[in-house]
Amino acid sequence: MNWKRSTALLALAFTFCVGPAIAQEATVVIPPDAKKLQPPAKWEKIPVPPLHAFHPQQPTRIELKNGLVILLQPDHELPFINGTINIRGGARDVPEAKTGLIGIYGDAWRTSGTAKHNGDQLDDILEAMAAKVETGGDIDSTSLSWSCLTKDENQVFGIAVDLLEHPVFNEQKLRLAQQQAVAGIVRRNDDASSVAQRVAAQLVYGKDSPYTRLPQISTVMGITLDDLNAWHTKTLTASNMIVSVSGDFDPATMEKSLRAAFEDLPRGAAWPKPDTEFAGPTPGVYAVDKSDVNQSNIWIVGLGTERNNPDYYALSVMNEIFSGGFGSRLFQDVRTKLGLAYSVGGAYGASFDHPGVFYTAASTKSVSTVDATKAMLAEIHELKTKPFTPAELASAKDQVLNSFIFHYDSKDKVLAQATQLEFYGYPADFLAKYRAGIEAVTLADVERVAKKYIDPSKLAVLIVGNEAHYGTPLTALDLGPVHPVDITIPMPAAMRQRMGGAGSE
Amino acid sequence: MKISPAARVAALVCCVMVALSCAGQNLVQKELAKFEKRVTVKVLPNGLTLIICERPEAPVFSYATIVDAGDANDPGGESGLAHMFEHLAFKGTKDIGTTNYAAEKVALAKVEAAYDAYDTEYRKRVGRSPEKLKELHAKFETAEKAANQYVIPNEFTEIAEANGATGLNAETSLDDTEYFWSMPSNRLQLWAYLESDRIANPVPRQFYRERNVVMEERRMRIDSSPIGRMVEQFLATAYVAHPYGRPGVGWESELSQITATEAKVFHKKYYVPANITVAVVGDVKPADLAMLEKYFGAIPAGPKPEPMTTVEPPQTAEKSVIIKDPTQPLYLEGYHKPDYRSPDDAVYDAIQDIFSNGRTSRLYRSLVEKQGIAAMAEGFSGFPGIKFPNMFAFFAVPNAGHTPQEMRDAIHKEIEKLKTTDVTDAELEMFKTRARADLLRGLADNQGIAEQLATYQLRYGDWRELFNQLNRIDAVTKADIRRVANQIFVPSNRTYAMVEYQAPERPAARSGEPSPHPAPPPKSAVQPHGGAR
Repeated sequence: MNWKRSTALLALAFTFCVGPAIAQEATVVIPPDAKKLQPPAKWEKIPVPPLHAFHPQQPTRIELKNGLVILLQPDHELPFINGTINIRGGARDVPEAKTGLIGIYGDAWRTSGTAKHNGDQLDDILEAMAAKVETGGDIDSTSLSWSCLTKDENQVFGIAVDLLEHPVFNEQKLRLAQQQAVAGIVRRNDDASSVAQRVAAQLVYGKDSPYTRLPQISTVMGITLDDLNAWHTKTLTASNMIVSVSGDFDPATMEKSLRAAFEDLPRGAAWPKPDTEFAGPTPGVYAVDKSDVNQSNIWIVGLGTERNNPDYYALSVMNEIFSGGFGSRLFQDVRTKLGLAYSVGGAYGASFDHPGVFYTAASTKSVSTVDATKAMLAEIHELKTKPFTPAELASAKDQVLNSFIFHYDSKDKVLAQATQLEFYGYPADFLAKYRAGIEAVTLADVERVAKKYIDPSKLAVLIVGNEAHYGTPLTALDLGPVHPVDITIPMPAAMRQRMGGAGSE
Repeated sequence: MKISPAARVAALVCCVMVALSCAGQNLVQKELAKFEKRVTVKVLPNGLTLIICERPEAPVFSYATIVDAGDANDPGGESGLAHMFEHLAFKGTKDIGTTNYAAEKVALAKVEAAYDAYDTEYRKRVGRSPEKLKELHAKFETAEKAANQYVIPNEFTEIAEANGATGLNAETSLDDTEYFWSMPSNRLQLWAYLESDRIANPVPRQFYRERNVVMEERRMRIDSSPIGRMVEQFLATAYVAHPYGRPGVGWESELSQITATEAKVFHKKYYVPANITVAVVGDVKPADLAMLEKYFGAIPAGPKPEPMTTVEPPQTAEKSVIIKDPTQPLYLEGYHKPDYRSPDDAVYDAIQDIFSNGRTSRLYRSLVEKQGIAAMAEGFSGFPGIKFPNMFAFFAVPNAGHTPQEMRDAIHKEIEKLKTTDVTDAELEMFKTRARADLLRGLADNQGIAEQLATYQLRYGDWRELFNQLNRIDAVTKADIRRVANQIFVPSNRTYAMVEYQAPERPAARSGEPSPHPAPPPKSAVQPHGGAR
């Protein structure tokens, strides 16, 4: 019997749930004053004893002479060992003409294999042990990970190190990765919600920004084996890597084998942070017309902030009140009160080393597009005009603080946190400080940051939907003319013809 | 004899695996022994099954409540009801979410009466009066407004979240409905109160607004999603009698007419303790059982719902649905097969693994890697559910310039191979090794363990089947795979769906101009293939 449906895409279509995936972190609502007049409710009489003492096990940090950082987190509950090597440098660091390189690199690295075993042989060897060695690429990093039963660690780790240090990029696997990438490119306009998400990010960062530019068929097909090898050589330096291992191992033995594997790597130069400008969106209304949907995806976006901003804590509390979950202002209004959307969410986003995105998003039936957009804009506006109440503040802080333990309730989560902080050069006690920071937030703080950071005049409104069915024109939003966004997929003419003219929608 | 490098690797892998397979089995037995000590099961006098699993790593717990009723249990004409009820279970109880339940109860009865009057007029086939309809709708809205004055919106979730609940959600499948979240363990009693109260005393407040929210969910997952549209048409074509042929979220017309009264009836019939399994995993102890029993034992007992009578009749001819859409092509085909209790259940798992699991799988190696015609291709068991006879399905995403027909031909070639040639020893062993490892990997977090223990306890009457299923997996032979493949992978047992690209029709109305017509449904055609047998 198989409980895990193997095809995530199909699973989407036949499991229905109360909350969409968009509502990530939960939140709390203002208990209406009416409640205060009542005698204590039943749940208020239930005892909440102090939480059992808990001291999460911190990973051991080892820095090799060449600058490579190792984080070890032993955990003997199950007979597995999992390791990840994070390497600085990712999609935002490649030249524009090579957009898509990191995705191809992440695929072809593992499928190509090494001189000892080509990728297909690795598949056979690893899968027979139910083990994994995988590579991947991200916006600011690439990675190599392994996972295996304890008894297979020597062999699997050996493969991982061989692949890390001696990959042999293979023409055929490069072509396979290119083909897969092109398949993704020609399909990228099929799903309205992902079109909306993508275009919204482009409105904020810019179409050509290293964070949001799109791989095109031409850039992907132009990638060569030389490009892959050059990237590998450039990034594979010790001071550029963090090795995190968790699971069923003896720390001394593990340290020894990691040292043996990595101590001789060259240190390399420190990876430079890209010099990117973040101007934020050009305010206005933007539209993508999609004829095969009956629901509009609405995104209202602006520039967010960085996580090391001293106002991060107050902004986090504001986020909870605004859009943190079932009880947030946005959810209460747009979904519960108006019944205009199933999927609704938002946040004043904060990234580790560049400004995040401030977004408010919802999807609603075509005919209520303008109404829903207006309701969302009103909620944003009210961040500045509708005073935050002590009850809202208390609820939001309760929510953040009482669920705080879920940041570190497993050894794997603690390791993942530590790795992330190490990667971005944040202090190791960031999480502890975060807790104290949230506790210290006052009503005045939230009022202040809302006034300081929320500026409705700097936001772009994007609507991806079926224009013919809006009923009320988008000009009724009173935000000026509507700018159509062209999402045509650049494609060789012969290819477009072969595909029956696809890709222009 | 010349031996290719690949064959040598395979041979080597094979020898290693015979040794490993025993070791793997021991690991699973060891884990089962640990769970024997940590798991306590109690069937309460009212029939509810309670499972506790101690996992004291951190002072937190996760739970899963599984109600053995899903959208396959929706009454005729009320598709989407189980899912609609699931949304209702977050709207509070007689004590939560209201400022005055006694008054609210009266007001809600008036809402229902007003809606019923409106609904009766709306459904009139002859003599429906638009004026009267308008008037009745206005009366309904007035009644709704009167009831709303007592509502504390989202108070139920607010209490949970303010007390640290994370991952709070629920899911309704065709087979069952699951509720879940995680919380700090000093809130165990609070959780027991909240969960038992919403099972026993849900109040259908703000029902008709929530129905609008669920309509949006339908638009998002089905109407506005190319894959959603395809799956809906595919299942409606594949099933002629069994409710697996209906969309879980409900047909638009039926969903839009579900009433709170219908939801109440559904609750009374299916949300009885004998039909519910609750698993709690984490910082909990058998000593907590008495407290939990106090709350869950108070849910009023009721008769276990009678099992469904409908069984999908054998399919006699190939069926298909061809959808012309302004999206890239897709291909999906399925073959009817028995439910999860079939003695061959593990054989289907083996076929799924060999066809679809990772880069060594046959469909990946053939369609994706060697022929380069597909971006992905998978075969999987248990679609769209497992509780009732379901399908073994194949799904393929063609590469740019390749067609659904090519997917179909290539998949059929692989199926033919499975029917005529034994799978290799290495493939069969790989399946068994991975099944063991996947089982163990799934034991790493409270929420996952809670869901699995509850599911296996419910489906097999014993959570140990989570571990013992490996015996059935180990027993699968090459002959079993060929036998099963020959049994079900036949054209007359097949339904397929193709999505083919067609340029969008541009309506005359441009930005902003209202259109008099509702959005056209996706074009689809259902064609029985009489001659395909």
